[in-house]
Amino acid sequence: MTHQRPADSRTVHVEGLARVEGEGSLLVEVRDGTVETVELEIFEPPRFFEAFLQGRRHTEPPDITARICGICPVAYQTSACLAIEDACGVSVTDQIAALRRLLYCGEWIQSHALHIHFLHAPDFFGCQDAVELAGLDLAAVQRGLEIKKVGNHLMEVVGGRAIHPVNVRVGGFYKAPSREELGALVEPLRRALDTALTSAQWVAGFEFPEIEIDYRFVSLRHPDYYAIESGRVVSSEGLDVDAKGISDLVVEDHVARSNALHARLGGQDMYLTGPLSRYALNYDQLTPLARETATAAGLGTVCNNPFKSITVRAVELVYACEEALRLIEAYEPPDPPAVAVPGRAGIGYGASEAPRGLLFHRYELDSDGLIRSARIVPPTSQNLLCMEDDLRRVAQANLSMPDEELGWLCEQTVRNYDPCISCATHFLDVTVERR
Amino acid sequence: MSTSTIATRPTIAVFKFSSCDGCQLSLLDCEDELLGVVGAVQISEFKELTRAVVEGPYDVSFVEGSITTPDDVERIKAIRQASSLLVTIGACATSGGIQALRNYADVGDFTTAVYAHPEYINTLAQSTGIADHVRVDFELRGCPIDRYQLLEVITATLSGRKPVVPGHTVCQQCKGRGTVCVMVAHGTPCLGPVTKAGCGALCPAVDRGCYGCFGPSDSANTSSLARQLNALGTSRIDVSRLFRTFNAGAPAFREESLRNDSPETGG
Repeated sequence: MTHQRPADSRTVHVEGLARVEGEGSLLVEVRDGTVETVELEIFEPPRFFEAFLQGRRHTEPPDITARICGICPVAYQTSACLAIEDACGVSVTDQIAALRRLLYCGEWIQSHALHIHFLHAPDFFGCQDAVELAGLDLAAVQRGLEIKKVGNHLMEVVGGRAIHPVNVRVGGFYKAPSREELGALVEPLRRALDTALTSAQWVAGFEFPEIEIDYRFVSLRHPDYYAIESGRVVSSEGLDVDAKGISDLVVEDHVARSNALHARLGGQDMYLTGPLSRYALNYDQLTPLARETATAAGLGTVCNNPFKSITVRAVELVYACEEALRLIEAYEPPDPPAVAVPGRAGIGYGASEAPRGLLFHRYELDSDGLIRSARIVPPTSQNLLCMEDDLRRVAQANLSMPDEELGWLCEQTVRNYDPCISCATHFLDVTVERR
Repeated sequence: MSTSTIATRPTIAVFKFSSCDGCQLSLLDCEDELLGVVGAVQISEFKELTRAVVEGPYDVSFVEGSITTPDDVERIKAIRQASSLLVTIGACATSGGIQALRNYADVGDFTTAVYAHPEYINTLAQSTGIADHVRVDFELRGCPIDRYQLLEVITATLSGRKPVVPGHTVCQQCKGRGTVCVMVAHGTPCLGPVTKAGCGALCPAVDRGCYGCFGPSDSANTSSLARQLNALGTSRIDVSRLFRTFNAGAPAFREESLRNDSPETGG
């Protein structure tokens, strides 16, 4: 962190953002008492996924794109499967779709548990990390570990592995788990649900900076249940389109002076994706217990305070545990575990809700089923403009803070988004700068 | 814990280069052991876990990710210099990872394919493993690494012994597990015979072939396997694709993929 005076004109530079996934830094420049520049700098190097997917078989994107992110591989696998199936004109059976949703619940559980307890909560206690937090509240950190473990276990049973699951394929799964294998998860999931309720109570008691932002919310919405693994894309302004529709609408500017590629709806409007959007647009589809948890935590039907995203995640964590239990209860092993998806020429689109927000893919296939072009738009790319906007507001409202404190608050503002910089990077304009 | 043990706790750092973060996440995924492990060491730097940073030197550095920028080359040298032991974790760090697919193409073409303004992209033509740049004391394979292997490496290094990780193949591990051979029984292409053990032979257990995410085993006979895959009906170009994924930069896999990458060449 650099310190420059006078206080009216200064630069706050947080190098090496911690407790986020990937590598980035942020810069806030203040001149004459006004925040002039806010830049999230990304120095995560590009990995060229869209480029090297060209010429690969249509069966390969689930395994390959999983490697974009070690924290949300199922999101990549699911969006990829949906897009390829769309291109090939194939729909999976209800049983396969339900198993996909169950696997995705596992990812939400582990990712949300990690973010709530390890990446986000320490900020509210002025702790450097969850280890220091454990010194103050060991039980809270242990709760995070317990819940996360159950999420990972669910991913192992359904996906074959927690990080980069091996059991997912275009058309479904290689092998369907047995009822007994899933049945063994019921008790741990019930415990995780209880633990998640305690954690929701815990985070509700945090002290939150007061800020309300009138976001343009964008998320999936499914006709039957709280959107996770599929649905149409809706917004707080009445948008209602399919995966193709959102892919056509979202324009990403490659701006010369910015380190980040900016996603805008219709090339103009910034928008928010992630827990706050899902919650605002799908509140009615939460379970009674999840809604009760939200009310008890002081949330209304919409949450406009980005710092309270931790509370919304805790509500979603409760929901994901309950939903996993419901899906296991209703489980019928899909037989066969996958539908055939022969490659053909076509263009397909797929969208799902990664724990940190909307993720959509588009693939164009040739007549041999080889990929001609790929487009992957991760949540963090879509949220970059909102993140910078939040930073500007938070910094402006807290200029009286010393640099060190303001820098930390800005870091926390970025962590509100649970950003995944590795994900964002393959679409970002990257310049490597280490100061 | 007494003050003297605190004073002698080894310093550990975790560094990231080009990667998906999955291998360092494997450490956070050791839910039962995590607090014990971090209590036994002093963490100097681990961005995914903590905002606190303590300057080196480090007793042990764990390095995730591959080298893809000119800046990376300098940074890994500095890390090596500050570290008594340097352990690489995962396929990116050992062989360049999936992003080493650029090594088969013109990186300029790749940049143009993805970015509107390629002139702002600062990247190297090749994605390479850490050992191509500095001395590495121990390599942990996998995409991602196996968390139990990671715990073994941590425990071993802390107690000053050599980590015990199997040197055999996924195929042997699969036999040990009692899984029906997917290649023999169903003709499914499988890289198990040439892939280093460590994952627990996960893929055949879900009725799919191994896709080699732990990279080549010692003295892997890839050509023999390639012939068998051809005999089972896998085209040469698909054999090439099979060897060219998460360990595309590992020499044995790279060479076999090149031998098969056009229908006309080789035999």
